[in-house]
Amino acid sequence: MSFDVDIAKRLGTTEISARFSGGEGATVLFAPSGAGKTSVLNMVAGLLRPDRGHVRVGGDTLFDAARRIDVPAERRRAGYVFQEPRLFPHLRVQANLRYGGRRATKAHETAQQEPGGAQAEADIVRLLELAPLLDRWPRTLSGGEARRVAIGRALLSGPAFLLLDEPLASLDRARREEAMRIIERVRDEVRLPMLIVTHDPQEAERLGTQVVEL
Amino acid sequence: MLSAAEWEVVRLSLLVGGTACLAALPLAFALAWLLARGRFPGKLLLDGLVHLPLVVPPVVTGWVLLLFFAPNGPIGGCLERWFGVTVLFRWTGAAIAAGVMALPLMVRAMRLSVEAVDPRLESAARTLGASRARVFRTITLPLSLPGLTAGMVLGFARSVGEFGATITFVSNVPGETETLPLAIYAALQRPGAEETVWRLAAVSVALSLIALTASEWLGRRWGRRLHVL
Repeated sequence: MSFDVDIAKRLGTTEISARFSGGEGATVLFAPSGAGKTSVLNMVAGLLRPDRGHVRVGGDTLFDAARRIDVPAERRRAGYVFQEPRLFPHLRVQANLRYGGRRATKAHETAQQEPGGAQAEADIVRLLELAPLLDRWPRTLSGGEARRVAIGRALLSGPAFLLLDEPLASLDRARREEAMRIIERVRDEVRLPMLIVTHDPQEAERLGTQVVEL
Repeated sequence: MLSAAEWEVVRLSLLVGGTACLAALPLAFALAWLLARGRFPGKLLLDGLVHLPLVVPPVVTGWVLLLFFAPNGPIGGCLERWFGVTVLFRWTGAAIAAGVMALPLMVRAMRLSVEAVDPRLESAARTLGASRARVFRTITLPLSLPGLTAGMVLGFARSVGEFGATITFVSNVPGETETLPLAIYAALQRPGAEETVWRLAAVSVALSLIALTASEWLGRRWGRRLHVL
């Protein structure tokens, strides 16, 4: 079981709670806008601290209120693709892609995964068709391009699992199709546990190996 | 152009101003970061303390410095006992006075620039495995560079122009603490020194103008790159 999440958090006057478990492939969290889906992802990533409950991914406990476990965000190995690309504006695309690379090499040493570094980078660049963008500044990228870079940056950080927040929002129809293909490719080729948040039922249907309604 | 004595005044002003804002830089940036991002009790009080030199009469600031740095004062005593040095009537004292007076302006400019750094970029960096220290070094610091420069320039200009606290704290010693404003003031008291006043005043204006233009130019150069998420 890849995701085992049972969390609750009070933010202002709203109570956000989520309880689900997911197996192989992509787990889609499906809920209308404003249900606190992003907060759930933030709690899984370690950016927001739940009031109670637990977060386990691939058997590792990342948070457990009762056992006082709270792994800091930088050690959770979450490949988090945010709703907005959040590329670092002072770094070119290639430097953005390599920002998390240091952890990737470290993870490789300990976990004996596939070779990280140059080979992994070349693979991701090919998978996401990033080659023509490497030398560009983030501000010159289109929305779709920036999102591909953001996905690449998350994949190259040596993640143990992926979090995707509304990966298709604010893309036009053609770009949506393209992004959908890319996510399916990542899901089927990189084979990391994936948690995808969406409010679009079609998207949920197509991307999710299983769909959880909040 | 300038006489030898006037050049000495300019040299001393640059030395005092440069030392003051370089020495204040780490403290100013740390305070700016704390005030922008920190959440701790007493933050309002710290904010107030930092800004005090901006609103208290400079003479009072100078007098307080004198109390602290006098040979029997808490800091002056230690300096004398451990290192055998004193900052009274020395250019180092003038630099301390200038630095204290410039600090609030530097903190204000830098705080705005730290606040303008999108925290969402910092949390993105953390999910990519960066420790808080690395996030600060690779994201927060470079993205607040324009404001940091602006703060430095403002601080430098303010340091070079410092008068009240300096003359109270280290008095006016030619060649040691006599910076531009002190020299202008002294020349004004001397009959027949109008030309010196004109020349030194012109230098002051030129220095400030160069500093402001340079910071504006640098800010624009960097600013263009740093926009959009």
